[in-house]
Amino acid sequence: MSVMASGDFRTSRTYETFSFLPPLTQDEIYDQIVYIINQGWTVGLEHDTPENGSQNYWGMWKLPFFGMRNPDQVLAELEECKRAYPDHLIRMVGYDNYAQCKGHEFVVYRPRGL
Amino acid sequence: MANQSFNAGVQDYKLTYWTPDYTPLDTDLLACFKVIPQAGVPREEAAAAVAAESSTGTWTTVWTDLLTDMEFYKGRCYRIEEVPGNKDAFYAFIAYPLDLFEEGSVVNVLTSLVGNVFGFKAVRSLRLEDIRFPVAYIKTCGGPPSGIQVERDKLNKYGRPMLGCTIKPKLGLSAKNYGRAVYECLRGGLDLTKDDENINSQPFQRWRDRFSFVADAINKAEAETGEVKGHYLNVTAATCEDMMERAEYAKELGVRIVMHDFLTGGFSANTSLANWCRKNGMLLHIHRAMHAVIDRNPNHGIHFRVLAKCLRLSGGDHLHTGTVVGKLEGDRASTLGFVDQLREAFVPEDRSRGIFFDQDWASMPGVFAVASGGIHVWHMPALVNIFGDDSVLQFGGGTQGHPGGNAAGAAANRVALEACVKARNEGRELEREGGDILREAARHSPELAVALETWKEIKFEFDTVDKLDA
Repeated sequence: MSVMASGDFRTSRTYETFSFLPPLTQDEIYDQIVYIINQGWTVGLEHDTPENGSQNYWGMWKLPFFGMRNPDQVLAELEECKRAYPDHLIRMVGYDNYAQCKGHEFVVYRPRGL
Repeated sequence: MANQSFNAGVQDYKLTYWTPDYTPLDTDLLACFKVIPQAGVPREEAAAAVAAESSTGTWTTVWTDLLTDMEFYKGRCYRIEEVPGNKDAFYAFIAYPLDLFEEGSVVNVLTSLVGNVFGFKAVRSLRLEDIRFPVAYIKTCGGPPSGIQVERDKLNKYGRPMLGCTIKPKLGLSAKNYGRAVYECLRGGLDLTKDDENINSQPFQRWRDRFSFVADAINKAEAETGEVKGHYLNVTAATCEDMMERAEYAKELGVRIVMHDFLTGGFSANTSLANWCRKNGMLLHIHRAMHAVIDRNPNHGIHFRVLAKCLRLSGGDHLHTGTVVGKLEGDRASTLGFVDQLREAFVPEDRSRGIFFDQDWASMPGVFAVASGGIHVWHMPALVNIFGDDSVLQFGGGTQGHPGGNAAGAAANRVALEACVKARNEGRELEREGGDILREAARHSPELAVALETWKEIKFEFDTVDKLDA
């Protein structure tokens, strides 16, 4: 307690939801994909350079995966996206067409050193 | 009508205003009152009196009644029901024709429905339990300046509740020290911070100074974290002119959100401010000081679900709803009932949640529910479960009371929030496994570990005064 009370808190650069958790494992990402699909939302991937991380729009990886209900297929797309853009941040998105809003969004890949 | 003659004098209200055969129209505004009549006054007469006094009637017949079509304009009591568990009281259901109310004016609706009638001698006590606003009326109101979806897009917050904090001490900080407290919270991981409701523009901290330093704090926190941050600048003021001047300055500084107290400030001021926010792309946070004076007595006053509905119509993007679990009063089922009224497009009648009518909100945007007041990190699993994603969870003392200060407290809450959301998405039961989820998360967050240690014994377990009738 006394260490914390006098400890230094270093501000970190973060990327919104789940930024304060340790990087998600493959299994944990899988569970979040299942959640998005079970909500009736469409999974998608977005990626961009870390410098662009605060902008409204990131690049889209292909189109959102309309109708895709197999989490393994989503993970395969994620791997492909990482290979194509190893220096980009990648976030997973759940598009909610009823609310017309993203229902979920979190970063699943950070380039080395970030 | 033409052959009606004028008989001066007093006649029973029920002859005109008690109409059990009436079927309400889709365009009628419906209200449910809980009535306790004076001894000796029959229920039908008391109910009809409430209908009369809240619409066209007065205590005696007047000749000018015959110059209009009273059958068209009068309010009607069309149903009486027992109140479960209370022999003295009954529910009176009253239908009001749409033409009794000015378009887009909750002020006018309330002046009629909760005006003179609440002091009426023939009733011992009276409580407005619910209002069904017809779609035709809702379409005349502006509603939330942005609404839930637009606010999420502006603030870039998805898939989780937002995290806030009221800056403490409530009163007495200089503007610059206050801005420091804001900066520390935001850099630590909060999305939003808030002026306390009674911070307006006191001698120790004038509003313009506060606004300037807070804007600085927000900008620095955003630049360092890369996340979108906000602070509700309280523009509640002595006059509408002062309120608007403060709002304009906030906009000039480039901040995203301002704040208003809708009951002490009043509905006219609130609606004007909401209209200004809509026009200027600003978000509007609404606090509810004075509500418990109006809504806490189960037999007299106005239930908060009515005030919440009126606020959604008047305009606001956030509204305080209580926490269910913290230091302030709030029955769980009842709170969830009015939280639905803030956020959903359609809310069906459900007496187990205190909802007396189906309510269709048409295309009106939703309002974030704000849970604030005596909550700390141990409450997080329950709060996420109760309020869901479309809420703002605000930990004031629960952030700034952290032994490591505001930034560490903010980080602790952010870790706890994200751990709970992740666990919920994985299908875990938050209220049963909450302790484990928090302790697991604390393994990689020393700030959370300290917070869990600091607040483990604090509970607020008192019985609710205003319970649902059952």
